[in-house]
Amino acid sequence: MSNRLSGIAASNGIAIAKAYMLVDPDLSFNEETITDTKREVERLHDSFSESKKELEIIKEHAVKSLGEEEAAVFEAHITILTDPELIGAIETKINDDKVNAESAVKTVTDMYIGMFEAMTDNPYMQERAGDIRDVTKRVMSHLLGVTLPSPSLIDSTSIVVSHDLTPSDTAQLDRQFVKAFITDIGGRTSHSAIMSRTLEIPAIVGTGDATTSIKDGDTIIVDGNTGDIIIDPSDDEIKQYEAEAAKFAAEQAEWKSLKDAKTVSADGKHFDIAANVGTPDDLDGVLDNGGEAIGLFRSEFLYMNSSELPTEDEQFEAYKKVAEGMNGKQVVVRTMDIGGDKHLPYLPLPEEMNPFLGYRAIRISLSQQDIFRTQLRALLRASNYGKIAIMFPMIATVNEFKQARAIYDEERQKMIDAGQPVADNIEVGMMMEIPAAVIIADKLAKYADFFSIGTNDLIQYTFAADRGNEHVSYLYQPYNPSLLRLIKQVIDTAHAEGKWAGMCGEMAGDQIAVPILMGLGLDEFSMSATSMLQTRSLMKRLNTADVKTLADKALELETNEEVQKLVEDSCK
Amino acid sequence: MEKQDFNVTAETGIHARPATILVQTASKFSSDITLQYDGKGVNLKSIMGVMSLGVGQGAAVTISAEGADEKDAIAAIAETMKKEGLSD
Repeated sequence: MSNRLSGIAASNGIAIAKAYMLVDPDLSFNEETITDTKREVERLHDSFSESKKELEIIKEHAVKSLGEEEAAVFEAHITILTDPELIGAIETKINDDKVNAESAVKTVTDMYIGMFEAMTDNPYMQERAGDIRDVTKRVMSHLLGVTLPSPSLIDSTSIVVSHDLTPSDTAQLDRQFVKAFITDIGGRTSHSAIMSRTLEIPAIVGTGDATTSIKDGDTIIVDGNTGDIIIDPSDDEIKQYEAEAAKFAAEQAEWKSLKDAKTVSADGKHFDIAANVGTPDDLDGVLDNGGEAIGLFRSEFLYMNSSELPTEDEQFEAYKKVAEGMNGKQVVVRTMDIGGDKHLPYLPLPEEMNPFLGYRAIRISLSQQDIFRTQLRALLRASNYGKIAIMFPMIATVNEFKQARAIYDEERQKMIDAGQPVADNIEVGMMMEIPAAVIIADKLAKYADFFSIGTNDLIQYTFAADRGNEHVSYLYQPYNPSLLRLIKQVIDTAHAEGKWAGMCGEMAGDQIAVPILMGLGLDEFSMSATSMLQTRSLMKRLNTADVKTLADKALELETNEEVQKLVEDSCK
Repeated sequence: MEKQDFNVTAETGIHARPATILVQTASKFSSDITLQYDGKGVNLKSIMGVMSLGVGQGAAVTISAEGADEKDAIAAIAETMKKEGLSD
């Protein structure tokens, strides 16, 4: 009998392959007294050189997938392995105390780890204890003859199973071999889940105990559409899922055929399908999936992948690249959204009880205006190379928007006065993610050129529920009529002033939400690039009069579940 | 013996990345190279040694080299210190 597991379906698709456990192996050992010290020293050297070889491979992968900067940590690990003092101290330990290499390695590295951890006045050095632990783990695995798994070392078709996947793990996954992944923890919006959609491989997260239920080499089926996992499937099950996979592939082919099509409903009404992107590297995905615009270009990467504030020139180059790449299609750039859960080592922010309710995004931009003005100038310069729009995050009041817009107008005027060219059709709008702003949207619509609804934050603030807190995750209710009414208010007030309304949260690509949002009259749907074609295909089958009736009904229901059922029943 | 004093200006002191590069530079030479700080001396070819000193901003350190290529070693290290923004 095959075993079944289930989790949160994070990325669509079906995969059947053997499990690769990305889990730390048992590294325990016995301390032993030895007589052949020469042999023990040899084992030590072998383990160091094997570890070094592995790290070179991992580093090479990391340079390719993450860039030099991120790969530097592996370079640091290699330097530790070539440290003459370290290996010398371990050799001495083996020769003097006549102990096995494992215990000598442990004693010496523990000494260093203790020393670094004791540097309480230097948190940077304290963190280096972690580097030594990492390296020691690798050396130990070679001494014990067990494999320390790494995503870079996968060289046959596999499904990766792990407790969680870090950004550096996911960046090293080779799509040629990794057909899907499964994690114990995480939700639909966790880092690993978002990455799986970017990589376009099926993924199931939040399974709870996949790493204990699945053994290395088990054949498993991953159904990323439903969140089901089958361990050791029967032949019949394999047949059934191969058929499902074929059906899914056919669906994918239909979506691909819509790549160059306009997004229109069955009765011919046009909607904009746009992409959310994080870096200029995401451009290919946007174009491959037929994006009609970029509805959200998160500018944070410029700040986060840097060791100091990015200069105007650096920012200009990045914005220009995206503007040119989109070839005249609109690119909505959101100004710096740092704070909350995103921090910069070089921009110290105060410790806060409630960072999501604290000093972040436009609140920082308005008080540290030099940073904001640099960004605006870079955007104004880039406006000559495509169709740039600017969007302010976390606007709560009319005054905040007017203030931000005034700073923008000032910088723009300065450039014009200096004779620098600036595009004259730059739209300046705002995110709608704070309930106070939604309630006063009719006033904001007089000043903003457009609204874009950020659903993750709007849901978190409307339901007063931290989106990272598992105990209140039931309050993540995107279909709740309370939220739908807020969305309707944003769209209606924008239209009353002749402005457009978009959405740039996960919800814009949610197949249950899309029919309702169409019915509410949303103009622009901005989502992960990989959801765009599926959404275009869905919209093509829907009629605007029908979805209008559907939305009207949904607004009068009582719960999230009722709305979900309404859509499922009527859009079968 | 060849010797040079440095004043560490980098805000984070000699932290991991520049320390790695410094150690890699030193390791290219056959001379014995020592980093002295606060009365303690460590082998500059040892990353653990260098990091264990916990050299912070404003520290005065001395680097000395002894061996056949001592002159070249100190010159290369001085250049690395400057290039990595560790000292002026």
